[in-house]
Amino acid sequence: MSTPMPESGYNFAYLDEGTKRMIRRALLKAVAVPGHQVPFGSREMPLPYGWGTGGIQVTAAVIGPEDTLKVIDQGADDTTNAVSIRRFFARVAPGLRTTERTAEATVIQTRHRIPETPLSEGQVMVYQVPQPEPLYKLEPRRAETRRLHALADYGLMQVKLYEDIARQGRVGSSYDHPVMVGGRYLMAPSPIPAFDNPKMHMSPALQLFGAGRERRLYAVPPYTEVRSLDFEDHPFEPLRANGHCALCGARDTYLDEMITDDRGGRLFVCSDTDHCATRREEKAA
Amino acid sequence: MSDDPILSARGLSLSFGAVRALDGVSLDLWPGEVLAIVGESGSGKSTLLRVMAGEARPDAGAVTYRDTLGASMEVHGMGEPALRRLARTEWGFVRQDAREGLRMGVSAGGNVGERLMATGARHYGSIREEAARWLERVEISPSRIDDRPGTFSGGMRQRLQIARTLVTRPRLVFMDEPTGGLDVSVQARLLDLIRGLVSDLGIAVALVTHDIAAARLLAHRLVVMREGRIVEEGLTDRVLDDPRHPYTQLLVSSVLAA
Repeated sequence: MSTPMPESGYNFAYLDEGTKRMIRRALLKAVAVPGHQVPFGSREMPLPYGWGTGGIQVTAAVIGPEDTLKVIDQGADDTTNAVSIRRFFARVAPGLRTTERTAEATVIQTRHRIPETPLSEGQVMVYQVPQPEPLYKLEPRRAETRRLHALADYGLMQVKLYEDIARQGRVGSSYDHPVMVGGRYLMAPSPIPAFDNPKMHMSPALQLFGAGRERRLYAVPPYTEVRSLDFEDHPFEPLRANGHCALCGARDTYLDEMITDDRGGRLFVCSDTDHCATRREEKAA
Repeated sequence: MSDDPILSARGLSLSFGAVRALDGVSLDLWPGEVLAIVGESGSGKSTLLRVMAGEARPDAGAVTYRDTLGASMEVHGMGEPALRRLARTEWGFVRQDAREGLRMGVSAGGNVGERLMATGARHYGSIREEAARWLERVEISPSRIDDRPGTFSGGMRQRLQIARTLVTRPRLVFMDEPTGGLDVSVQARLLDLIRGLVSDLGIAVALVTHDIAAARLLAHRLVVMREGRIVEEGLTDRVLDDPRHPYTQLLVSSVLAA
């Protein structure tokens, strides 16, 4: 991949220093109160809401010229959203290196997935979040949800899980399954598959969440307890398709289903393209 | 009955602009007692109920609650976390409009189970069992446990609201016109059900109603309100059979005899 030329006329990483300082202050507060949503002054970014404006602002506030950035969308490094965000930072952050390798990255901006390769200390995960409020479908009044968070009054969320089991026979959400952070705050893990929820628990990496349209930031510091909500007799189960990757043969990764023709032909492949490619290289060697 | 009232109100006053909704109201509610608050529309009875339940703050006066351990606390001074904890454990509130008291988007089982889950129950099987038991107790077929309240009749919704409130066995329940808006035969069955449950569980009830017949059937004691003041109070039969205040006499004589 050719590296685009850095563009002149922009401050490093697009945002001005005042804005970065404001976002960093909000991030410090978010890290100090794990799982708590902190308001911030979300800026207009050169891409539409819903495409990762929150994630981009968090990334811009935490990266420096010595960082290595990886961007994934649905686990893949080569989809439109991932490619355009990576190109954006290559253009406005001179000196910043980009990579597709999870192990090499210092900052990983993600939409919908946590990489299969275990994260390590010193890495920063930045999640793009469409809806930061886990209670919004149950309680539309924002003032009221804030009160529920303040009082740790989360019976309502449990009612939703009860309804899921009553209707579908299991704890229901296959993505964005709510978690309790540090035993205190109920948090939306962003639309990652429930399969990835256990990776957040006691992760050595710092996890930052940015919701641009909703103007909220939140964080999970390294080595923090993250528990998926469930019932004693219906424990949380990370869901994955029952199959194996057609390319690398993995049976323990999160799979995407591909339709191969119009006669019902289909196959499963790893959603994490970097992990899948690494496994194939190791096999070939 | 114990020696101390479970809830005491002293000198409650509350004005909305020039309207004095409450004007120096004092009353006591004893454990296991059903107290009816009657009066015409606008007499301040619903406001009194909301103030006693901590949902509205009085301009003057205080409400004191005595908990299971006998400790007394100021309803308006304990702070919201403590008040909310009380509201979902030792207290209950049955609203006139079941749509306010129920979650219409949630199944009957979820509605009954909510208070259990809010107080920490995390075993799906036992929550469901308890919900089914309560549905049966309020004469709703347990086969409808997964139906939403929107598919229920008005009387069934009201019974569901009662099940949802009583499932955590509160000591004190506030009821605001629980039979309002229902037709007469449904009202009679609901009153019968409430009377049975209240005496089985030994709950103290503060019941607001404009229906003298409902008050006579349910209440041990009666207070009559007019223009924000209590004009008469006493044992239900005494007040209704021998009303002393001219307004109570008017109220009792205006009940239609069937």
